[in-house]
Amino acid sequence: MCGIVGLFLKDKKLEPELGNMLTDMLITMTNRGPDSAGIAIYGTDADDNSKLTVQSDNPAKDFKGLKKAIKKATGVKISLTKKDTHAILEMPTDDMDAVRAALKQVRPDIRVMSAGDTIEIYKEIGLPKNVAERFDIRSMSGTHGIGHTRMATESAVTTLGAHPFSTGTDQCLVHNGSLSNHNSLRRKLRRDGVNIETENDTEVGAAYLTWKMQHGSTLGEALESSLDDLDGFFTFVVGTKDGFGVVRDPIACKPAVMAETDQYVAFGSEYRALVNLPGIEDAHVWEPEPATVYFWKH
Amino acid sequence: MQSFDLETEGLRKLNSSLHAQNNDTNQTAWEIINPKGSHAIAVGLDAPIEVTVLGSTGYYCGGMNKQATVHVKGSAGPGVAENMMSGKVVIDGDASQYAGATAHGGLLVIKGNASSRCGISMKGVDIVVHGNIGHMSAFMAQSGNLVVLGDAGDALGDSLYEANLFVRGTVKSLGADCIKKDMRPEHLEILTRLLAEAEADAKPEEFTRYGSARELYNFDIDNASAY
Repeated sequence: MCGIVGLFLKDKKLEPELGNMLTDMLITMTNRGPDSAGIAIYGTDADDNSKLTVQSDNPAKDFKGLKKAIKKATGVKISLTKKDTHAILEMPTDDMDAVRAALKQVRPDIRVMSAGDTIEIYKEIGLPKNVAERFDIRSMSGTHGIGHTRMATESAVTTLGAHPFSTGTDQCLVHNGSLSNHNSLRRKLRRDGVNIETENDTEVGAAYLTWKMQHGSTLGEALESSLDDLDGFFTFVVGTKDGFGVVRDPIACKPAVMAETDQYVAFGSEYRALVNLPGIEDAHVWEPEPATVYFWKH
Repeated sequence: MQSFDLETEGLRKLNSSLHAQNNDTNQTAWEIINPKGSHAIAVGLDAPIEVTVLGSTGYYCGGMNKQATVHVKGSAGPGVAENMMSGKVVIDGDASQYAGATAHGGLLVIKGNASSRCGISMKGVDIVVHGNIGHMSAFMAQSGNLVVLGDAGDALGDSLYEANLFVRGTVKSLGADCIKKDMRPEHLEILTRLLAEAEADAKPEEFTRYGSARELYNFDIDNASAY
């Protein structure tokens, strides 16, 4: 099981509603996976600034004094916005690597959920409704976003096992299915220096795409080669700073429905997730073909 | 005409109301509004009633149907008319994967396209698809007729037992043990009847018949060294 939703807005007027629409879509998919939920939102681009979404199991302790500790370690002044177990750290783009390195030193228990100019990833154990409430996803605006509700099969129910997974700067991946060659692929990627933290199959899928792109593939090419190199069942939805992509394995037994109008492109594991979108009655609704990469860009 | 709002009254009430109908019922026409992709709409019916669904459905619409006619004025999710025994299910739009899977009888009409595994393990149902069908359709089909006015995807009729597959367009590839066969008068008769019942605008002569080579499950002395 697992449920995926995605929304890529073409109509700027809908942007303030992105979080709200995506939350409703994800809640509809709750009974496809009650273990954990997560949402990636692509918000506005603040010119020379970038942001990290970070998570801590002990936010009261870890986020306290973090700004000062980063300043002391790097000389960089960051802004910090707390949201439950997550926090958004904003800093000049050029200083992001230094801040990430300092984070590891000053707060080793903090995990980076996402990094980039516009992406924010929020994910926790629990139902979509509760996770969305904790992070106030409904109030968020943005250009596109992806949500996932998980029924765990390949690894434990943990925050790090929740989706979306970051695959690089302003990139993320969600997955419905299970990969069967993730252990051998994890070993191969680790030998090549790729950092993989969990026993989760999707994290390996995400790391694989990152690794391909670091070796010169575009996201589209990385997705194409995933069809050869990943064994198992998958419907992937990926997000980039200005784009949104979908690919299904050649067997395509994991469900997927898409809808497109002049205002948006939407993805749902089931049609139920799409029924309350504006103008859905007249939308072009179809099932993405197996082993075919779909991509939309702003 | 009985009208039923699925959003306000709920699925359990809908299906129990439909199950309460018998062969002598006077409530023969039902209309379901606000289906909104819900699962298991009009499943397990066993009465000569006509159910019209105004919108698209989720998983397993019209599953296990007996006698009833279920007409979906929209598209259908996975497993539509799965294990149908008799009656008729008509989808105005597209159908998702494994439409008509394991169905024993009745007629399933899909006016749009059907995706992968259409008619998988079909056991006597007639399926007419006005558009195309996806890969692995009629996998291990045992009996019945699958009629496709458009094209068929990869591995059509893989590991087929007995069933007639009629395709008007192209077949991307045939599955193991599925071969092209001659169209005999009795097949043209079947096609004429099914095309009329499915209100499909096509001529029987335009179709090619595919079926089982009947070699997959037989011992072949030339393969002795493989055992």
